[in-house]
This record gives sequence, C-alpha cells and structure tokens, in this order.
Amino acid sequence: MTMYKEIVEKRVDKALADDFLRKATRRATDRLRLGKFKAAQDLGDWEDWRLAGEAIRTQVVANLDFYLKQLIEQVEKNGGHVHLAKTPVEAVDIVRKLVHEHDAKNVIKSKSMVSEEIHLNSALESEGVSVIETDLGEYIIQVAGEPPSHIIVPAMHKTRQQVADLFEPIAGHTLSSDTPTLTKFVRQEMREKFLHGDIGITGCNFAVANTGSIVMVTNEGNGRMVSTLPRVQITLMGMERIVPSFRELDVLLNLLGRSATGQRLSSYTTILTPPKHSSDSDGPEEFHLVILDHNRSEILGDTTFRRALNCIRCGACFNVCPVYRQIGGHAYGSVYAGPIGSVITPLLEKDWDKWGHLPYFSTLCGACTEGCPVRIPLHDLLVKLRARKTLSGHTPQIEKRIFQGYRYMFTHEKRLRQALRMGAHLQRPFVKHERIVGGPPPLSNWTKSRTLPMVASKSFMQMWSELKLSEKSSNSDPIQ
Amino acid sequence: MKVSLFATCLTNAFYPEVDLTMAKILKYLGHTVDVPEGQACCGQIAFNSGYISDAREVARTLIDSFEHSEIVVGPSGSCIGMIHHYYPFLFENDPVYLAKAHDLIGKSYEFTQFLVDILKQPDLGAKYSAKATYHPSCHATRFLEIVEPPLKLLEHVKGLELLPLPEAQLCCGFGGTFSVKIPKISEAMVAEKAEHVLASGADLLLGLDMGCLMNISGYLEKINKPVKTMHIIQLLGEGMQG
Repeated sequence: MTMYKEIVEKRVDKALADDFLRKATRRATDRLRLGKFKAAQDLGDWEDWRLAGEAIRTQVVANLDFYLKQLIEQVEKNGGHVHLAKTPVEAVDIVRKLVHEHDAKNVIKSKSMVSEEIHLNSALESEGVSVIETDLGEYIIQVAGEPPSHIIVPAMHKTRQQVADLFEPIAGHTLSSDTPTLTKFVRQEMREKFLHGDIGITGCNFAVANTGSIVMVTNEGNGRMVSTLPRVQITLMGMERIVPSFRELDVLLNLLGRSATGQRLSSYTTILTPPKHSSDSDGPEEFHLVILDHNRSEILGDTTFRRALNCIRCGACFNVCPVYRQIGGHAYGSVYAGPIGSVITPLLEKDWDKWGHLPYFSTLCGACTEGCPVRIPLHDLLVKLRARKTLSGHTPQIEKRIFQGYRYMFTHEKRLRQALRMGAHLQRPFVKHERIVGGPPPLSNWTKSRTLPMVASKSFMQMWSELKLSEKSSNSDPIQ
Repeated sequence: MKVSLFATCLTNAFYPEVDLTMAKILKYLGHTVDVPEGQACCGQIAFNSGYISDAREVARTLIDSFEHSEIVVGPSGSCIGMIHHYYPFLFENDPVYLAKAHDLIGKSYEFTQFLVDILKQPDLGAKYSAKATYHPSCHATRFLEIVEPPLKLLEHVKGLELLPLPEAQLCCGFGGTFSVKIPKISEAMVAEKAEHVLASGADLLLGLDMGCLMNISGYLEKINKPVKTMHIIQLLGEGMQG
C-alpha cells in the first residue's frame, strides 16, 4: 500500500508541477463547461431532460438482463455475432482470436474507452499487429504512448507544438504547428490506413436493443470510415451501454452532445445495423459485438452503487470538477479519471491497494452531481466508497485511532470542553502572531500552506454557560 | 420564536464570536435563544472520511441534544447540509433515530436561510462600508440550494458594495480532511480561489461557512496578501452596532 501511496503522490506532484498541463486543463474544461451551459439553456427545461435521462438509464440498468437478451437476439438476427466477455482478459482474447482468424495485419480503430479499459492496443501490438487509432486525439496519445487524460478530449493536455513534435518523425520532415497543417498531415496519414485496414474496431455510445443497432457519436467522421471500409467490424461495449429503442436514444443523444461538448448534436451521429446486407452499398461483411462485463454485474447487484452504471460517458463531471481542473487526468492513474472514474474504477478493478486513493480525489463539493446529465449522485457515491474502504479494513491504523478519539470527544460535550481548554494551553509553543504555525503532521499539512487560527481561550459552549450563570446572578440579560 | 443554536465544532473552538453574534442577532429580533447542552458536532468530519459508525454516534449525540428544540439554527451550510443530506442515509437501518433525524431536518436551518426565508427579515438595518466579495460555499449552494438568502442580507447592508467573485462556483479546496489528506491538491485549489478573490478587487471576503473562510483567509495570510474575512453573521453584528 505504501508503494502505491508513493506512486500516487508522484503522479500528483508531476501534474501540479506541469504548468502547461494545468493551464490547458483549465482552458479546455472552462470552454466545455460554458459550452454545455449554453447548450443546456438553449434546449430549455434542462432539469426535465435530466430527469428523463435518469429515468431511462435507471430503467435500462434495472432491467439489463432483459435488454441484453433482446440486443443479442437482434444482433444475431441481423447476421452479427455476439461475444460475452466476463473479464478484460477474456475480451482481449476474443478480439485476438478474431484478428488471427482473419489473418489481419492492420487494425484501425475509432474511439473506444472499453478498449482502453481492457488495454487492447498493447496486447495486439505485442503480437505484431499494427493498431491505429483514427480519432485525432486518440492518435496523438497513441503516438505519445500515453493514456487519455479526458474521456472526451483524450489529448487535452498536449500543445500544438508538442503534437507537431510527435508527428515529425512519422512525417519525416518538419511540421509547422498550426492546426490546418497538423490536421492535413493526419488526414493524409489516415486515408492510407483506412484503405488498408483489415479489421475495424469501434466503440459504442449506445446499442439499441430492439433493432440491434450500434450508435457512435463522433466529430471527425473517422468512426464511419472504420465501420465501412474494412471487411470485418468488431464493436466493443460495456454491458450497460444499452437503450431500449430509438425513442429513448433521442433523449440520451440530446443530453450527451450538449453535456460532452456543448453541441446540440455531434458532427457525426452514426447509427449502424451491421453486417452489410444485400441492399447496402457498403459496410462490413462480418460483424462482431463484444460485450464486456468486468464486474459490472456485481455493481448491478449492489443497490448502493448501481447508479454508477447510469453514466453515459459525456465527461461533464470532469469539466466541473475542481480537483480534475488542477491535476488533469493522468494523476488519477486510472483509464477513467475525473469524478466518474473515481467512482467506477475501484468498483470495476476491485483493488483497494491500487485504486483506493481515487474516492478521496474530491472535496465532496457536489459540482459533479450537479453537472451530471443523468443525475448520478457522484459525490454521494464517492463518500460511500470511502465508507466501504474503511469497512473493508483498508484504511491506516492511525486514521482509525484518530476517529475513535474524535468519537470519544464529540459524543460528550463536557469532555470536548475540557479538551478545548487544554488545547488553548497546549497550542502555545506553536503560536506566532496569534496564529498556529508548524506543528506535527497532519497539522503541518495545513500549516505548510495556510495559517491556522488559535483555539479560542474560551469555547462558545463555555462562554455561553458562563453568561447564563451571570444572567441568573444579576437577573439581567448579559448578551443583549 | 424559541430558537436553539447549533454551535458548530469549528466556530465553537476557533470562532466563538460567530456563535455569540448569531445569538445576539436572534435575540435582537425578539426571539428566545438557547444553546442545548451536549451538542458538539454534526459528524461530518468522520462521515466524509468514511468512518460511518463513528460519525453515527456523534450524529446521535447531536440529535439527542436538540430533541426538545422547536427550531435549530446554525452558522454553517456545510453542517446543516450534513444533517439534511446525509442523516437519512446514516440512520437508514435505525428506525428510531431515522425518525428523530427527520424531525431535526424539518426544524433546522442555516442562519441566512432562517433569517430570509423563514423570518422574512432580510433587512437588519446594518451599515458597513466596504468593497466586499462573497464566496458561495458548495454545501450551502448545492446541498441546501441556498443562493438568494445571503445575497439578500448583503444587499440590505448600507454602504456595502458587493463585487462579483470570478469563478465563484469553484470549491475553495477545503473539503474537511481533504485539506490535510491531499494537501497539495487542496493548496492548488485554494491558490486559485485566492487568485479570484484578489482579482475581484474586494477588500473584504464574506461567506456563510467558517471552514471555507478559514481555508481561503489562511492561504491569503500565508502568501502575505491578507484580505479581511468575515462570516456574514460577523458583518451583520458589527454593522448593526454601527
């Protein structure tokens, strides 16, 4: 545990020392947050839309077995194949097997957070398969060898210059860092890759249960290329990413585009019902849907945390989180960062030693809950995760003692009063100019960056008792 | 009205003048004020740290101490927010205390909310000359939806010029134990808040939660840019004398 504690601290230190990262994160989240605010206002009745979104997600998650069965039946009826993966390893194996079966050398991908969750790229690359991310942001971080720092804007932390530096070795010549040059370069690169892709792997924002359709929300059109050019399409989805029908999809698309990027609708909303049928002019001949569980079933059975599955992965909670604002995504260490990442990562990964720090990456200010378009009470879930960690015995002994002491003191006001009287004396060595300075940890964690007022020579409770006494003896009201 | 004061653990220990001034204002308005013995803390510090059973015992003590009160008023959106937002969860398996918790929720108010929404007395005739800015604390704003009451009270203070606080919605980084558990992120957050306070041009920072104010003013003092900081209660108290 100490080892992980150090790793976490190192990551946080690194993020806090990175002025550029912090400025870029501030700028990008401000832009997204304000965009969302405007888009929500334009729509009107935003709270009603949120309620509708929440109702839809809650209903789907509560009846997930039914909708999953319906989705699987529909996809198979359409001629697709469905694979259920219990674990990330199983999911990777399914994809790997498909890649081998088709003797695929080139895999092209559009954005998929599930593929990050199962660490698919490295697994395929280790077997000599070329894997190319075709979403610009994903491509940048793939070249940089980094995980995404935001679920919607994965390369949020990179400057144009840094991107140009990353692309130059691939281009083989110097690149100016203006946006048109960089996008033109990537477009040229991608055209080639698209044409040579043997298999296309996509993510899935929603799967429509009653038609077996896959919905992808993108802004670059790369999702369409990935799902039309290669002969084989593999789509990865978390098992909860379902809508019953197009009626519900309508509501969720309205919430997703606006909450994610402040768009009424993303540039491309791709709805596919693969594989290609005889009447279709294009599309994959073969379609595989990989549905990942990875402890989602367990979350589903947990009434306290089930609501975490309502998430539509819009990233709005990132953009309002004052903690994320300061440190960006990498400091969390997890594939999913931000408030929702801090909730779902410990639940998906079930490893308190490694991910136990995440629920504490929050002041519980509630901005995430307020920002969530499907009303997930994120800050409540964070505090309940802390409670679960404590109950499971994964918190430090010293912390337990401190709260035992707190309980002893704050369940008997007289004891507290006495302790405060003592405190007023004991603080003297640490007092300078009427402020407490220095002191041992955890006190020093405060005093390093802030002054602390002195414990009052008389607590209010003490003061009040004395005033009451004098009121009785003098028959007048001393506090007027 | 018979009003019981909830002296929060922070004001009780560090800022007793806030509690005392709250008592004085309520008395001035003609109410009977008492401070039930036995009260100590809402339990939030343990609750937020994940120590539910310790928090529950402290919360039980608080509930007991106000059992016979008609109305409970406290100088903190965070502590009252804890009662309203989390006590039902804390006692979900204890029907006796769950009922008592709901009783307390039904009769407890944050100070500015009590004055403006319940007593309908936004104008206390206070005068205070200053350029001030107001930090809307997260728990008051988001848990209790207290937005207007503090502003109404400040609007009626003669001589007070209220300047907007940039990015006011951002948390100051206090977060109770967060400030000492993850001190570096907390510091980065309060540094940004301080930046905005200084940018507002105000020479007085106001709020309704001493936790946030202690954090922001403590940081400003540490970087040698002290800005006078007051709880709205202190401002009203001083303004009513002037």
